[in-house]
Amino acid sequence: MANVLVFAETNNEKVKPVTYEILGRLSGQNVDVVSIGGIDADSVSSLAKYGAENIHKIQGSGLEKYSPEGYSNALKNFIDSKSYDYVFMGATSAGKDFFPRLAGSFEAGCASDVTNFIFEGDDFSGTKPMFAGKALTKVSFEGAKPRFITVRPNALGMPENENAKAGTLADANGDAGNIRAAIKEIIKGASEKVDLTEANIIVSGGRAMKEEANFKILDELADVIGATVGASRAAVDSGYAPHSMQVGQTGKTVAPSLYIACGISGAIQHLAGMRTSKVIVAINTDPDAPIFTKADYGIVGDLFKVVPILKEEFKALLG
Amino acid sequence: MNIFVCVKQVPDTETKVQPSSDGNYIETSSIKWIMNPYDEFAVEQALVVKAANAESTVTVVRVGGAKDTEALRTAMAMGADEAFLVDAPETIDAYMTAKALKGAIEKSGKNPDLILCGKQSIDTDALQVPQLLAQMLDLPSVSVVVGFEQNGNTLNLKREVEGGALEVYELNAPAVVACNKGLNTPRYASLPGIMKAKKKPLTTLSLSDVGVSDGDRKVKYSNFQLPPEKPPGKKYEAMDDGAISGVVKEVVGLLRTEAKVI
Repeated sequence: MANVLVFAETNNEKVKPVTYEILGRLSGQNVDVVSIGGIDADSVSSLAKYGAENIHKIQGSGLEKYSPEGYSNALKNFIDSKSYDYVFMGATSAGKDFFPRLAGSFEAGCASDVTNFIFEGDDFSGTKPMFAGKALTKVSFEGAKPRFITVRPNALGMPENENAKAGTLADANGDAGNIRAAIKEIIKGASEKVDLTEANIIVSGGRAMKEEANFKILDELADVIGATVGASRAAVDSGYAPHSMQVGQTGKTVAPSLYIACGISGAIQHLAGMRTSKVIVAINTDPDAPIFTKADYGIVGDLFKVVPILKEEFKALLG
Repeated sequence: MNIFVCVKQVPDTETKVQPSSDGNYIETSSIKWIMNPYDEFAVEQALVVKAANAESTVTVVRVGGAKDTEALRTAMAMGADEAFLVDAPETIDAYMTAKALKGAIEKSGKNPDLILCGKQSIDTDALQVPQLLAQMLDLPSVSVVVGFEQNGNTLNLKREVEGGALEVYELNAPAVVACNKGLNTPRYASLPGIMKAKKKPLTTLSLSDVGVSDGDRKVKYSNFQLPPEKPPGKKYEAMDDGAISGVVKEVVGLLRTEAKVI
């Protein structure tokens, strides 16, 4: 059995769902969880339910808000005081930012954004998409331990079985060390919704949206089904949507349960970024659009006519 | 200021990827190599900073195959002053790449005041090298940067996170800054720029020149393969207004009963 630590990132003291996805794949290993800052009671019981033996809560000055150096230093000290073979977290904005730095401080490797993994004995073996998903590779480690892994949100899915462990909560003093790059303020995004990379449902618009204002009809559909709105590169480059909404090879790679592509033709760069969606619905007037080759359900039709009816139908269903 | 830009050369985004026969990388014989798109924002930012700070130089550093120097020539045609290339196979990992970049920066003889990178390369998609390089040089780093202001030695940087929210960082140079799309609009290389670039110095180094050996490898990628193809889905005709309602009803029904995602 490998000794594994999972870093539980929190948002308003709630543990991010990707943490449970990771725990679900770690049954059979010795698993501890660590967080920085507060963590609510519901989250603590869920972590125990999915296999956390110990839950370490690090707090200390300089750790009130995120910084790559503060988080990296505090976890370096914590990990040094224990003995772990592998350290996991979600491939979130923070995970992608500070895990490489933390791994570097151990002169150890980091496997980023894996979409699947298993243990062969005590050895990690993961699946890592490259070229935005145009190829899949096997990723393995060489050299020093502990080894670091970030896992793409939504890729593993929530655990099907519980694996209850003690989930003993313990406080730890954290030392943020010297923070040179610190957050001065946070400017809220246009959307309060879940980020594209963590969304369970995505409604995306392409060049056929014709103008920025037309994204309103996608927003309305998204509100009904609890989706986050995305866009193709063509729509972003035409100025209809900001880059933070772009799905594809020079945007975000996403893996929702349901992806609804509206007026997106399906350029190779876009398909690469969304092809791992579990179910794809495409709406396009061109019956030969490449997006239809990836769609589970293709509707050849005008999005401006189809989307409002789709919204009403979902509303009736979910009523 | 001594400004450094780290660039990578990657297969064009239009590339149809084919795994190589040994499965250890992809077929590269017919690939068109381009500068990693995110690195163009880093080069542009370096040139903007250079223009605002007298007596600055922009040095471009790249680790990768020496056969094609397109990315470095493009950076110099845009306005960078000199270039270093560490000749290395495409299959080295992020740790070796960052260590090689550090070694090349040290070989240049200049102390970096600012190091700019793209936020990720679009081939390995690892998003590690800028942060690792910062760690190895004991510098702060800010990644996914979409806003850059300089006030003397102080940098004010906007980093994009989930939902398009922005974290505003204030820090002092030297630092490593990893640039995202939206930071600026990269200039095109002018014809005189392209001519001048041919005369600018390009120094080629080996991995051993910069102190990197295969023992530095931490992560190994193997078994490159294409993702599984989905079986063909269902397609409905709804160009006729009268058909839309029925088609939508059926698709929504199937999303619940067959696909079970709603």
